[in-house]
Amino acid sequence: MPRLMTALATVAALALPGLANAQDMDPNVAARQSLMDLYAYNLGVLGGMAQARIDYDADLASAAATSLYHLSMAGTERMWAEGTDNMSVEGTRALPAIWDNAEDFEAHEAALVTAAEAMMEAAGTDLASLQGAMGGLGRACGACHQTYRQPE
Amino acid sequence: MLGKLAVGLGALAVIGGGVFWVLTEPSDLSADTRAALEAHPGDTEAGEAVFWTAGCASCHTAPGLSVGASDEERLTLSGGRAFATPFGTFHAPNISMDPDQGIGSWTLPDFARAVMQGVSPEGAHYYPAFPYTTYTHATPEDIADLWAFWQTLPADATPSQPHEVSFPFNQRRILGGWKFLNFSEDFATPAFDDPELDRGRYLVEALGHCAECHTPRDALGGMDRSAWLAGADNLVGEGHIPALPPEGWGALDISAYLETGFTPEFDSAGGEMADVVANLSRIAAPDRAAIAAYLVALRASPSQ
Repeated sequence: MPRLMTALATVAALALPGLANAQDMDPNVAARQSLMDLYAYNLGVLGGMAQARIDYDADLASAAATSLYHLSMAGTERMWAEGTDNMSVEGTRALPAIWDNAEDFEAHEAALVTAAEAMMEAAGTDLASLQGAMGGLGRACGACHQTYRQPE
Repeated sequence: MLGKLAVGLGALAVIGGGVFWVLTEPSDLSADTRAALEAHPGDTEAGEAVFWTAGCASCHTAPGLSVGASDEERLTLSGGRAFATPFGTFHAPNISMDPDQGIGSWTLPDFARAVMQGVSPEGAHYYPAFPYTTYTHATPEDIADLWAFWQTLPADATPSQPHEVSFPFNQRRILGGWKFLNFSEDFATPAFDDPELDRGRYLVEALGHCAECHTPRDALGGMDRSAWLAGADNLVGEGHIPALPPEGWGALDISAYLETGFTPEFDSAGGEMADVVANLSRIAAPDRAAIAAYLVALRASPSQ
């Protein structure tokens, strides 16, 4: 029994710093990082098929691409709240330039919608179409990260 | 006695100076290379593949060019990007087809000597920020194709900026000494006797110049080839540049990354690699696969 208590205490001690971090994180930062994770979740299906790691399945590809498209359309205005850049809050690599060049940043967001829409149209057609649309998505993600995310 | 010593020292100085002068003499193309350049009919399509693999656009396009930029913007080699290194700040020159501000008035041998030997048409050494120690391994045929493609590129009249380099590095003649120490005609890794791996070796070691950032450098800025692609401090910015291949990445991960910029976790390439991806996404898939195969093969090599 004492051993179990010790084990539980250890688990709690290990887990708590993580909880503390999650609570400390600015909710806007947490929300946009969650959105990025959901992009990656759907890209995993599309990229996996593009690289022939998983068998091409038109329905699954279409479902992932449709989800990605809807996610790209999500209203993100509140997530990118003023004062949530990497100079102001912890846990983000978002550069202040996002707010300095708001119009350009929005153009990057629009480019993602366009690329996701192209993928939605391509994904269910055949594997070659899906593969052809991956590059556009990569460029849309890369172009914004290149300019507006602090390199690691 | 003193007189003899003075004469001796004087003689040594003359000999030393003479040796220095000979060692640092800017080299010219060999007769074989010239003949090969002349014999090869330049192919613009093949030259475009060389262009994207060699990554000329990574440094010589306008500062801040987006990875989403059009082909036309990525082919305008107006220069102007600054590279702040421990040796000074280098400004990538205009190498567009403009005859005055760019290199539009050059001949094929001028171009080949610049790219493969780091020597200007006027016979001056270029700084090794220009990766000619990589390009020297390229075939004359690839260089002739590249120059043929160059003829199709736009002219841009943006003037080049002078480098900001202080003494002694502003004495270009001493770069001959640097070349003496660091210029090797040998590839860093032995041939594999496998067509795909050898193609990958050529693409990485003769054109792609991955090693220029991913291999550590000594105090004089020469690559430490015993730690080939083993990761390095970032010479032009913050942070550490990872070893190749990245831990846990397979060949498919690498070729997909070079094509789309997506990591295995579907994060996207940042920093200088965003430009590298913008270039390598434009080469043929089998060449990306060859680069990936070569990098994965390095994992088993003793230097890793």
